Amino acid sequence: MTEEKKKRPPAGPFITTQFNTLLGWARKFSLFHYPFVTACCGMEYMSAACAHFDIDRFGAGWTRFSPRQSDMLLVVGTITQKEAPVLRTVYDQMTEPKWVIAFGTCAVSGGIYDNYAVVQGIDQIIPVDVYIPGCPPRPETVLDGLLKLQEKIQHQDHDWRWKKKRS
Amino acid sequence: MPTRIQKQARQDTMLLNMGPSHPAMHGTIRVMLELDGERILNSEVEVGYLHRGFEKTCEHRTYFSLLPYTDRLNYVSPLINNLGYVMTIEKMLGVEVPERAQYIRVLMSELSRISDHLTCLAAMAMECGAFTVFLYKMKAREFLWDVIEQTTGARMTTSYIRIGGVRADLHPDFDAVLKKAVEETRLVLKDVHGLLDKNKIFLNRTRDVAVMSREDAVAFGWTGPCLRSTGVSYDVRKAQPYLVYDRLNWDVPLGERGDNFDRYLVRMKEMEQSLRIIEQAAARIPESSRGFIAEGMAPAQAIKESRRQRVRKDIALSPNLEGSEEARYPDILASDKGFVVPPKEETYTSIEGLINHFKFFMRGHGIRPPKGDVYFAVEGGNGELGFYIVSDGTDRPYRLHLRAPCFHIVSSLEQLIRGRYVADVIPTFGSMNMIGGELDR
Repeated sequence: MTEEKKKRPPAGPFITTQFNTLLGWARKFSLFHYPFVTACCGMEYMSAACAHFDIDRFGAGWTRFSPRQSDMLLVVGTITQKEAPVLRTVYDQMTEPKWVIAFGTCAVSGGIYDNYAVVQGIDQIIPVDVYIPGCPPRPETVLDGLLKLQEKIQHQDHDWRWKKKRS
Repeated sequence: MPTRIQKQARQDTMLLNMGPSHPAMHGTIRVMLELDGERILNSEVEVGYLHRGFEKTCEHRTYFSLLPYTDRLNYVSPLINNLGYVMTIEKMLGVEVPERAQYIRVLMSELSRISDHLTCLAAMAMECGAFTVFLYKMKAREFLWDVIEQTTGARMTTSYIRIGGVRADLHPDFDAVLKKAVEETRLVLKDVHGLLDKNKIFLNRTRDVAVMSREDAVAFGWTGPCLRSTGVSYDVRKAQPYLVYDRLNWDVPLGERGDNFDRYLVRMKEMEQSLRIIEQAAARIPESSRGFIAEGMAPAQAIKESRRQRVRKDIALSPNLEGSEEARYPDILASDKGFVVPPKEETYTSIEGLINHFKFFMRGHGIRPPKGDVYFAVEGGNGELGFYIVSDGTDRPYRLHLRAPCFHIVSSLEQLIRGRYVADVIPTFGSMNMIGGELDR
């Protein structure tokens, strides 16, 4: 959207927008998430998802336990060397568009487990969009991270050509 | 790599993999099933997906600084893990804990136990399809965590129970928040009893499913609610009473058949007993010798004044040290100087205090238990949570071993699901309360 358009909003009973912006708006409020829960952070994920904090208010309430039906991967908890191939498989099984949130210090950087068993940050295995720090993060922090991701999705270039690209 | 079950499987059967990324497997366990139709002929449980090297890491941490690692063992009830570790060290050192601190410890462990059972049953019920129960129980857990947060400053990973006592005293509003939490939990328990106890679907999936005999349960090393569901009355709090449990009045609920439903019911009844313990402990807790908020000198001012003369007045500590003022130390921490963190007022304003502080935290100078080994167990959310520590006289443990209750319980999963249907795996596994951090360490 250019500066010119922002200054003068349309006057009639219609909105003008770009298709990319519309798609971003639609996608950011319909995130189906796959919780890859392994450890302690799972408890805070449960709190964030349940009635008290209610992640559903932000359009990410629908938990799918199949990677093929979800577009936001929440990596919740410590990823060990043994778990790493599983996480990679799950990520590869997800369909585009997909986003990843590293939930908690262990997923972000390995956290206090700086040893032989733990992967030092999941970004060594899969690309990450938003990092949520905390050991474990409070539900408020989780919601803040989700808002950050939504902002990112809104301003992203979306590949909306659902027909297969010719290479 | 071919597993045992792949080698042994019959030609006409199907192998099915459950987990580790499966909602009912809690992300950290893998079960290979050999199926004849829907019936499980054999299975193989693979653990270790959350092996974080806890025991090895502890060998490189001092006795004081490895406390946060114990939070993350059974992460649903971190305070009980703190307690188990801390009491093992106290047994080694021979520390006397003040009575008020003992009552606080009892309160905190019972709150944790309830949240542990709530989470276990919530997950189990959700996996059986009872999503409402899940939401209700999470609601109750939030109220319990409010109490824990107000007291300890953290919702989950608290590191609140320290060697020689607890980190800080209770908040002045503690009673009101606790009362609300107890009331809300009672309501939720009543609702859940109404929703599940006579629910045909729930009963079909749990009644007489995965029955464990007393002998087998003992042979497998089961402890905690799972063992009590088979009718064996063994609770560490009754068998080897620690803290002030022997002064409080409560019962050990027992099951009859040892099936999934009994494991559910024992946990539900235990929560009611825990609420009883909490109410008694809150009523009997000895009064603190001092009001909560000290009208003290600002820390910066105190440090400035201490350059000229010794500061005698109260010093207001930063909000995250609230409750651990020096005047409270007799209530909440043992009097042995070398085993507890020196009061911050001393550290900030006097040279002796500063030296004590450094002596406590410096490598090679902190808590150094005598040579020898010690085992101590507390009743965790899942059962007997024991720590075995070998000391070689230095400030770091030579070896630290955790007796994780759910390791023994999960080891019997293969036997319990043999001959059952695939759908029976889920409530059986759910009622065991497998916690990855504790199981794989």
